[in-house]
Amino acid sequence: MTLEVIGIYAVGICLLIGAAFALIGTIGLLKFNDSMTRLHAPTKVGTIGIGALLLASMIHSYVFAEGSLHELLIMAFLFVTAPISANFIAKVNIHKRTCDTPPAPPQDDTWSTLNVPEADREIAKAD
Amino acid sequence: MLMRAYRWLFPHPLLTLLLALIWILLQNEFSAGMAVFGLILGVLIPRLTAVWWPDRPVRFHLGNMATYLIIVLWDILVANVQVAWIVLTKPNSKLRPAWIIIPLELRQPEAISVLAGTITLTPGTVSADLSDEGHSLLVHVLHTDDPDSVRDEIKDRYERRLKEIF
Repeated sequence: MTLEVIGIYAVGICLLIGAAFALIGTIGLLKFNDSMTRLHAPTKVGTIGIGALLLASMIHSYVFAEGSLHELLIMAFLFVTAPISANFIAKVNIHKRTCDTPPAPPQDDTWSTLNVPEADREIAKAD
Repeated sequence: MLMRAYRWLFPHPLLTLLLALIWILLQNEFSAGMAVFGLILGVLIPRLTAVWWPDRPVRFHLGNMATYLIIVLWDILVANVQVAWIVLTKPNSKLRPAWIIIPLELRQPEAISVLAGTITLTPGTVSADLSDEGHSLLVHVLHTDDPDSVRDEIKDRYERRLKEIF
């Protein structure tokens, strides 16, 4: 077996893994019926799904053309930014009370999202 | 005197190296000129933005961070398969999502962000909120029979290691 054949199979397997996890993430997004559990599905696509697709791209570039390491950067930026958007969605859910209200923290007064300043309490209630 | 000049020029030596590395990766090919230009950027950007992060972490163990990264990557792989299994086989009625409260021993904002990011990246758990004075972290778990064991695992596996890094 030549290097190119091995490369083709490796790329194919990585693409299949990535596509499968993207599909499972989408199924999860459709299947779950609560806004917080739904949030769990895309985190999977964002990590292993994209990771496998980028790995396929990297292997392809090394076997068939000049090597490319851009994919590592995409991965790194994705890993740094994905938790922030997930955190924002979770905060919106807590703020709009579209999920079960979380139990109060043991040490401090309340969660920071629920910590509405006194002057704004009336507006928050009207929401 | 020399030390102060060094501190002024490199307020954040690791950030300098990281920026140079990112620049080289962006070019997608290595040449000496690009490395030098990357280093220039790595000196300029931290210097110009130093005003916005006055409380940077004083010590940071790079070696421990490398082991931490490998552990997290492995956990992401394992958890991905577990969550995929849950998505495909568990009907919604049998799903038991839960809120978990993690009392934090970490105090530096950087360490807490890394911990929260790790929790979100490993599928099955999403960090949702911080308590108003930063003593606890709120985590949502997709499916668990024993919330306490999840909390202990996060504390033991990630927080303990992060305490050694920062």
